Amino acid sequence: MTAASRASSLGVIKPDHAHFSDALYLESGEVLDEFELVYETYGALQPDGNNAILICHALSGNHHAAGFHSEADTKPGWWDTVIGPGKPIDTNRFFVVCPNNIGGCNGSTGPASISKTTGKPWGSLFPQVTVGDWVESQKRLAQHLGINQWAAVVGGSLGGMQALQWSVTYPDWVTHCVVIAAAPGLTAQNIAFNEIARQAIFSDPDWCGGDYIDANTAPEKGMALARMVGHLTYMSADNMSDRFGRELRQGSFDPDDDEQPIFQVESYLRYQGSQFATRFDANTYVLMTRALDRFDLAASSDGDLAKALEHASAEFLILSFSSDWRFSPARSREITTALLAAGKRVTYSNLESDAGHDAFLLEEADYIALLHAWMQRVAA
Amino acid sequence: MMLRSDVETIAGWVGNGSKVLDLGCGSGDLLAKLSLEKGIDGVGVDIDTKNLTTALTKGLRVIQQDMEDGLPNFENTQFDVVIIADSLQVLKRPHAMLARVVQIGHEAIVSFPNFGHWRSRLSLLLSGRMPKTKALPYSWFDTPNIHFCTVADFESLCRQLDIEIIERKVSGDRTYLAKIWPNIFAKSASYRIRHR
Repeated sequence: MTAASRASSLGVIKPDHAHFSDALYLESGEVLDEFELVYETYGALQPDGNNAILICHALSGNHHAAGFHSEADTKPGWWDTVIGPGKPIDTNRFFVVCPNNIGGCNGSTGPASISKTTGKPWGSLFPQVTVGDWVESQKRLAQHLGINQWAAVVGGSLGGMQALQWSVTYPDWVTHCVVIAAAPGLTAQNIAFNEIARQAIFSDPDWCGGDYIDANTAPEKGMALARMVGHLTYMSADNMSDRFGRELRQGSFDPDDDEQPIFQVESYLRYQGSQFATRFDANTYVLMTRALDRFDLAASSDGDLAKALEHASAEFLILSFSSDWRFSPARSREITTALLAAGKRVTYSNLESDAGHDAFLLEEADYIALLHAWMQRVAA
Repeated sequence: MMLRSDVETIAGWVGNGSKVLDLGCGSGDLLAKLSLEKGIDGVGVDIDTKNLTTALTKGLRVIQQDMEDGLPNFENTQFDVVIIADSLQVLKRPHAMLARVVQIGHEAIVSFPNFGHWRSRLSLLLSGRMPKTKALPYSWFDTPNIHFCTVADFESLCRQLDIEIIERKVSGDRTYLAKIWPNIFAKSASYRIRHR
């Protein structure tokens, strides 16, 4: 970590673990007899327990939201731009909790964990979990930490879906709810992108029906391809033109040149894909995309989103980004309109950005300033 | 810039604890005042991110939106009062806006500068150029005020749209004159209106 980044950062953070020996009854009907959550906390919990903020991570996120894991660490947690002393989610005021979700691959119970029943990695036998199941497990973690109400539940993308679910499942628990670049349910096009990613993984011979760890291998080619598709949809066309244009990484179109031409964007996507394939579990990717696909907040109220939200009591902040086409501003407006119709307290902003869906993870000045301004109302 | 007297007029018309929508709320000064003095349940609409951010620091709730999109995200009679303070003249389709606000609010409050004020008339008459005043300092080509109207124009439009004028208050240098001949002496006018 550099001296400059250390100044506004939380410094070195050590993850914690919590074991839960009471069974978790999943929406699928299956049961997890016990489970483990790895999580990080930043800041200090007040004696009254009223200053806790839950951060819900997205598809490829984890519990490491802010700070560094060692002095030598060069990359901070995935939301270090937003969480830290003096930042919008101010750790001088708030006690911030970020768990790795069940089904994840960063230390919480997931498909790569050892199943007590078989003594082998869960692999294909790991049950499908849902956004609702995550909310249940996060509530267990809160109780474990002595928290009985969140000053705010905050999430982007799939994390935003968890925040929304919290607000309707446990309205008394959620005083403020921040939903960034999310949707009340995926569109057909959005599900289709997830299905292409899954098929890429399944088509890799090393997938082994999901039991690749047992076979001592991993479907890295399929995973890389899945990530390339996903990553592409998180960027905007303008942003890609600016960053890569038609520039060549190597070779040329000269017939005398032996080296084949490779575009910058090809090279970039290949790198992103292969990097991701080595750090992320394929079963987790499949599970997370299915959790995304299945989330449908209005399902229990015949598609009436306002009705689905009628019991929520939180004050909401809904944010979208102008160039995000994977979770488009229209979807955030749907949520906002439903909240207004349900008579809820809501603020909505569609922030100008050319960074696509990824904007929610970036340090965009207007976004940070607006989030900072809104967070002032959250009492610590 | 809203006149102080217009702000007080509007505040006087808003009932305690009422549900208020402020269209074109800017940085939220009016909403903040109404929240403080009238305990309203208020929400603003504004297009500008900087305005929004400033309004949010005041603890207000704002929807970022082009207020001329027909406001499809609001339901009829959703609010007790809908306010358009000092922005009727910047709208592309002020008539469509008036028709819409009396749907989503039981009542609407509209205030605007009166282009029929004698200074504007005299300025145009003598100089032959579009008037510029301290309150309206723009040139004709870059002014945000694309639909100026007079008190008489506004009242005629209300009749056309079947909108009832419940109350009118005018501001001017000499209030007694503005009251007698509002179309000439009112600098600005505020109206309480509703669908007939």
